Amino acid sequence: MALFGYLVRRVLTGIVVVWLVSTLAFFLFFARPVMTVARELAGHAATPQVINEVISNLGLNRPIMTQYWSFLDNLFHGNLGYSYFTQEPVDSMLRQDLPPTVSLVVGGTILWLIVGFAVGIISATRARSLFDRTANVLVLIGLSMPVFVIGELLVWLVFQPLYSHGFTWINTGYAGPTSGLGPFFGHMLLPWITLAAVQAAVYTRLSRGQLLETLGEDYIRTARAKGLSERRVVFRHAMRAALTPVVSQLGVDVGQLLGGVVVVEVVFGLGGVGQVSVQAVYQDNLPVIIGFVIIAAVFVVIANIVVDLLYAALDPRVRIV
Amino acid sequence: MTLTNVDVSAATAEPEAKAVEGRSQWQLTWRRLRSDKVSMIALVVIVIMVVLAIIAPVFASITGHAVNMAYPDTGENAVGNPVPPGTNGFWLGTDSTGRDLLVRILYGARISLFVGVVSTVIAATLGVAIGLMAGYFGGLIDTLLARFTDAVLAFPYVVLAIALAAVFGPSLTLIMIMITFFSWAGIARIVRGQTLSIKEKEYIEAARSLGAGPFRIMFIDILPNLMAPVLVISTLYIPNAIVFESTLSFLGLGIQPPTASWGNMLADASNFYQVAWWYLAFPALFLLLTTLGFNLLGDGIRDAMDPRTERLIAARRMLKRREKAAKQDLARAAVGPGPDPAIPDTVREPFGG
Repeated sequence: MALFGYLVRRVLTGIVVVWLVSTLAFFLFFARPVMTVARELAGHAATPQVINEVISNLGLNRPIMTQYWSFLDNLFHGNLGYSYFTQEPVDSMLRQDLPPTVSLVVGGTILWLIVGFAVGIISATRARSLFDRTANVLVLIGLSMPVFVIGELLVWLVFQPLYSHGFTWINTGYAGPTSGLGPFFGHMLLPWITLAAVQAAVYTRLSRGQLLETLGEDYIRTARAKGLSERRVVFRHAMRAALTPVVSQLGVDVGQLLGGVVVVEVVFGLGGVGQVSVQAVYQDNLPVIIGFVIIAAVFVVIANIVVDLLYAALDPRVRIV
Repeated sequence: MTLTNVDVSAATAEPEAKAVEGRSQWQLTWRRLRSDKVSMIALVVIVIMVVLAIIAPVFASITGHAVNMAYPDTGENAVGNPVPPGTNGFWLGTDSTGRDLLVRILYGARISLFVGVVSTVIAATLGVAIGLMAGYFGGLIDTLLARFTDAVLAFPYVVLAIALAAVFGPSLTLIMIMITFFSWAGIARIVRGQTLSIKEKEYIEAARSLGAGPFRIMFIDILPNLMAPVLVISTLYIPNAIVFESTLSFLGLGIQPPTASWGNMLADASNFYQVAWWYLAFPALFLLLTTLGFNLLGDGIRDAMDPRTERLIAARRMLKRREKAAKQDLARAAVGPGPDPAIPDTVREPFGG
């Protein structure tokens, strides 16, 4: 019951955050002259009459508060407005582009966490070993490389040679799970690796540092002195204390993950929400960008609730109520 | 610095230590840094990169190739593709429109280094000023800073970049404003923590009892002792700023062609990697060398400023002289406590990728 109350509270604050973000996005976009958009839509040779017609068709000539009210009203009904160019409703546009983005986020996050924590733990338990040193070098390279460079290098050095030798399982572009699991994994493998690489580097470093510090604590020495096996000491006694702070970091990194998602979608041509929004910037397609900002806010809010629940489950000192 | 290190150590040192010359913390750090091969290599790489960026026009005049000039006759092959390195006086080959790749990479270095260094310096100045006040006065400024830092750290910066680029149009100024906006809070947070501990020291009490005002104490007594952590954290922010700029330029939301930037070159190169590997490889290499250089140097400075590192080095020397017995000592020293918690092991700031 307490958990339920907590969830309700978090969801309500989440809604307030999303409302604030969308209001901000709305007013930010209307700080711009309406004429630019209208002129672009109407074409360069358009007469003033045509431009005025375009403006009134888009409803941009109404008082700004009226526009804001209808924007909120629409938002409440799940309507994010219409694309300036195709007249398609933005919500159905973005819903269409959601599958690649969701596949990327889920798979990339799983890979990121597994690799990050595993390498960090092995490095810490074998500090200064060859494995540790190699991992350290790779982590530094990962931290120094922009996501898009990793993606481009994978396309150039992995995808291209394999593809030209007839090994076409690994591919670019997007193929949904409906087209079979084989093609799905083949298309998503490189994007997942790219998205996971940078984030995993950060987490390897964090978890290694935390675990090393914890392994130096007195209670670990006590556990060892009791004659517990090293495996039990590390996994039972040290791990939970060491990794809880790392988990609390997850909420912060969700925002970063979104940035990586946009870049990976562009590099591999996955055609997800991020890639569509970047294209919308080139076209001045404001409704699409506002929709993207709102979806991003919703995603960050939900991810933070999940991380906090996870954190409470891991750390017995944290009581949710 | 004058009061804290040299004088005090001379006054309290053992008689035999008097022969040892007094050294400031900067000198000690520099000595340790110099003995670290990796940091020195990183420093050399950075210096070379800076020099290359400064003398980019010299390369343009040596090769005779202007940065934004296409050379369709010499710079493209029969089917209009880029020519490989070493052809017709193009040392690193040409790009998709027959422009000199080397010259463009060096002009791109100017943008990257300018964005990285200038926005980090602005962010550091802001961060130091606000962090000092938050740490010294506490109260409302402190609370506001904490709230703001939390919000900024969780903000999806690429999403904001997309929104702002859509509203104001992509520009160099916009990139630098965004980098500064996202960086200063992290620096301020570290400065705040350091200020909190320094302001309790006796010499601050002494300054106060001599009648020094809060601003004198903050900027003349506390600030010099903050320079070390600020320097480390700034070195680690520069590569992140460079990555951020190149990412935005890659997405077409940053530096716009024909102005050369590593990000927009790599974006164009991704269409030509099958026919012109050099077009992708060389800008990527320069970008990676620069960010890796700054990251390694930052790590090196942090280690050099950590007094425990001295013991590590000493332990290593001992290992060379003695044998197996000393080896166990080293293992203990090496797996000892981590670096100074005031300077986090991994800098958490929003420009990871």
